[in-house]
Amino acid sequence: MLPGLYVHVPFCDSKCPYCGFYSIPSKTPVAGWLKGLEKEIFHTKNRFERFDTLYLGGGTPSMLSDRDLERILSLIFDHYPLTPDAEITLEANPCQVTLAKADFIRSLGVNRINLGVQSFDDRVLKFLGRRHSSQRAEDAVRHLRSAGFQNIGLDLIYGFKAQPMKAWMTTLKKALSFEPEHLSCYQLTLEKGTVFKRRSQKNNSIILPEKTAAAHFLATSAFLENKGYVHYEVSNFALNKSLESRHNRKYWRHIPYLGLGPSAHSFDGKQRWWNVRSVREYCKALNENRLPVEGNETLTKEQLHLESLALGVRTRHGVDTTILPPASGNALFMLQRQGLLKIKRGHAIPTRRGYLMADHLPLWLSP
Amino acid sequence: MKQIRNFSIIAHIDHGKSTLADRMIQATGLVETRDFRDQLLDNMDIERERGITIKSQAITLPYVDREGREFALNLIDTPGHVDFSYEVSRALASCEGVLLLVDAAQGVEAQTMANLFAAMEHDLEIIPVINKIDLPSADVESVKEQIEMDLGLDSETAILCSAKEGTGVDDVLEAIVNRLPPPLGSEEDPLKALIFDAHYDPFRGTIVSCRIFSGHVRPGDTIRLMFNNATYRVEEVGIFHLSREPRKTLSAGEVGYIISGIKTVSDTRIGDTVTLADNPAPEPLPGFKEVKPVVFASIYPVASDEYRSLVEALEKYKLNDAALIFQKDSSAALGLGFRCGFLGLLHLEIVQERLEREFDQSLIMTAPTVQYRFELTNGDHITVDNPLYYPDPATISKAFEPFIRASIMIPERYMGAVMELCLERRGTNSKFHYPSPGRIEIQFDMPLAEVIYDFYDKLKTVTQGYGSFDYELLDYRESDLVKLDILLNGEKVDALCQIVHRDGARARALQACKRLKEEIPRHMFKIAIQGAIGGTIIARSTVNAFRKDVTAKCYGGDITRKRKLLEKQKKGKKRMKMVGSVTVPQSAFVAVLKSDNN
Repeated sequence: MLPGLYVHVPFCDSKCPYCGFYSIPSKTPVAGWLKGLEKEIFHTKNRFERFDTLYLGGGTPSMLSDRDLERILSLIFDHYPLTPDAEITLEANPCQVTLAKADFIRSLGVNRINLGVQSFDDRVLKFLGRRHSSQRAEDAVRHLRSAGFQNIGLDLIYGFKAQPMKAWMTTLKKALSFEPEHLSCYQLTLEKGTVFKRRSQKNNSIILPEKTAAAHFLATSAFLENKGYVHYEVSNFALNKSLESRHNRKYWRHIPYLGLGPSAHSFDGKQRWWNVRSVREYCKALNENRLPVEGNETLTKEQLHLESLALGVRTRHGVDTTILPPASGNALFMLQRQGLLKIKRGHAIPTRRGYLMADHLPLWLSP
Repeated sequence: MKQIRNFSIIAHIDHGKSTLADRMIQATGLVETRDFRDQLLDNMDIERERGITIKSQAITLPYVDREGREFALNLIDTPGHVDFSYEVSRALASCEGVLLLVDAAQGVEAQTMANLFAAMEHDLEIIPVINKIDLPSADVESVKEQIEMDLGLDSETAILCSAKEGTGVDDVLEAIVNRLPPPLGSEEDPLKALIFDAHYDPFRGTIVSCRIFSGHVRPGDTIRLMFNNATYRVEEVGIFHLSREPRKTLSAGEVGYIISGIKTVSDTRIGDTVTLADNPAPEPLPGFKEVKPVVFASIYPVASDEYRSLVEALEKYKLNDAALIFQKDSSAALGLGFRCGFLGLLHLEIVQERLEREFDQSLIMTAPTVQYRFELTNGDHITVDNPLYYPDPATISKAFEPFIRASIMIPERYMGAVMELCLERRGTNSKFHYPSPGRIEIQFDMPLAEVIYDFYDKLKTVTQGYGSFDYELLDYRESDLVKLDILLNGEKVDALCQIVHRDGARARALQACKRLKEEIPRHMFKIAIQGAIGGTIIARSTVNAFRKDVTAKCYGGDITRKRKLLEKQKKGKKRMKMVGSVTVPQSAFVAVLKSDNN
């Protein structure tokens, strides 16, 4: 499979209290960052031959001006050969998705949108620190449809005390009313350095207790699969197999990817490297004609193997049983009996309950 | 001609013994300042880290006194801990005098007393030294009073020093020369040399440290070890400077080493007498005793295929530690391993740590136990040092356990708390005495088993660190013992069973269940932890199943982090053992004997 290309747009209107991704609030350095990106593209354009996905993530790519967006995409199209059928995704925030914007984005060649809806409940949106209303989110989806997008993914968050099961189901049902091709349902995680993490350490008021969170997860999966979605990764659902995120699948199957922009990670099948997590440092390095790489690692066979396990048990694709150590036969048997894994077509595939234990499964399966 | 003084330094832990030794070594110019490092005599990492001395060691210091006379001062460094009291006694037997070191701020402690008694037993000349006079909290007058009252020594003869700052070290050296008697003993008599230590050198075999009491020994002589009657040809003799320095001969009064092709340290006995095969001494030096282990525990490799490597490690380790004994053992839960005997809990910890550190072993050690004796209904007497072999209760007519006499020295205000602790630990026959105003020495007869169960930690807690503790073994006394089984999901785990006193069984079972609950990670299923005597469950705890362990997002930037966490967890898993379907961490096997972390 061909490699994927990722561009990190590190800007947001405001920092959400749960988000651990790298972003800065200010708009001013966009020009500088863009100049840096141009240089990075120039330095890395020969790294891979061809890509079949492009993913503009962030941060909030949709907050870039039309001019900047156009500039970025033409830079990429000029310097990196993409296949004619490439999946080109842009992450968008409902706040910025007007009909005009949607049309423009569509005209640039973007064919997939990931919309950060998070919830269709105004109270929940406020709790999550989002700036849009549920009405705004609904309008955004409609605009995208009107602009002709046939592959829309909605991002939703659940699994916290401020959103009991009933409220979550209301949001889910609302989401389904738009018949999105793709859904990402993330259970709220307390990421390091976030406002929620700090608040939670004080009074534990945010996250659902484990037992309840597990119930929400299972209910979500059952509900969506019943509606015809494939639960193809821990947090991801697609209306059918061809609508699974081609780009994200590369992360989960050790397919190479090139990441541009601050904090972006790249992988060539053996080596992984990552850019500095600071726009300033990023621009500085590129101005000095250095790559803005902060660190790298060359994976040993064992490490690749361990990652294959850890990533495999998070997806419906599963883990090729031939890569499992001979001694894991017993564990495999136990895990099947406990209903966490199924063996199908030579792959150990996590069940719904298996997904819930995905961080632990590799420990049981590895030598 | 050079004169000789043989001495040792005795002190409570942390009273500055190693620092004083360091300063004396520096003062006599044996080591250049630039080559100097702290705790010069403590070679092992574990000694330096813990600030303790495990093995005896000797060093000969060349010294010219204020009148220009030349001396060889033999400092014999001894371990301080009660586990090694026999080694200490042999080291003391090799001296004519001791420096009794007392911390100017802490004053006289239980170990100071115990050490003093040991020194007095050997009729040694005692020089009290008050150390750490530089400390702001130093109270020299009250320490002098304690030296008079507690120890019955003339405090006017005490030397004041600060080993840290180097003040008073010259006075100490002068006192050694002027106040300690020279060694007696004639070179003309047959050889009598006391072995006070032995250590293993991979190139030279066993290096025997000894004090020559009479006669002399040279390379080429044939020596005889009087206890086991083995003879060896001497390859080299010499004295200890910072490294070994060969000499043509070692004669009466001197302290040095003998190398004679002895393969392992276990072929020598500390306290044995070396003599010449062709001109033997009529009788050995007094005081020889075979050391017997008092604390027992089993060790198992974490991975059963590492058994061979454990065998090798133990054999190598044993080359240098004659006090450790071990024999094969097997457990249904843990597989093949060894039952080991130790001199005490510190010895046990040291063995475990050194096996893991120096021999790279991953070990599971079971809870330590003492040696019990049983009189059976058929009249037989048996000894049990492994709870696995607890006899059928129906066949026991009487049970016995070892008792110790504990001496605890504390400031008076802690008396209530310490009394309570001792009574709770089945202490009897208490005796008190007030060596000086405000301080009290409490003596209790107590089962040894109660002491190995976290007694020392508890004592430190209730006395806020001011309590000091020492003990001696007394005898075996009749006791009402039961076997406490631990069950995980209904299955008895043999490696977790203990022999306990009936009255304390329930408390101990509750404690064990609680600790295991903390140690055993959550599984996919519920785990019931139960304590039982015979068929009766007397305690229970539960480890709940865990239901969710997954992070929501896993994209480009998350993969490395996730893998690193897994690598760490995998390492942790290597230190776990499957018992039935339950994964039990290595630490759990000893944790059953520990009380709350406070």
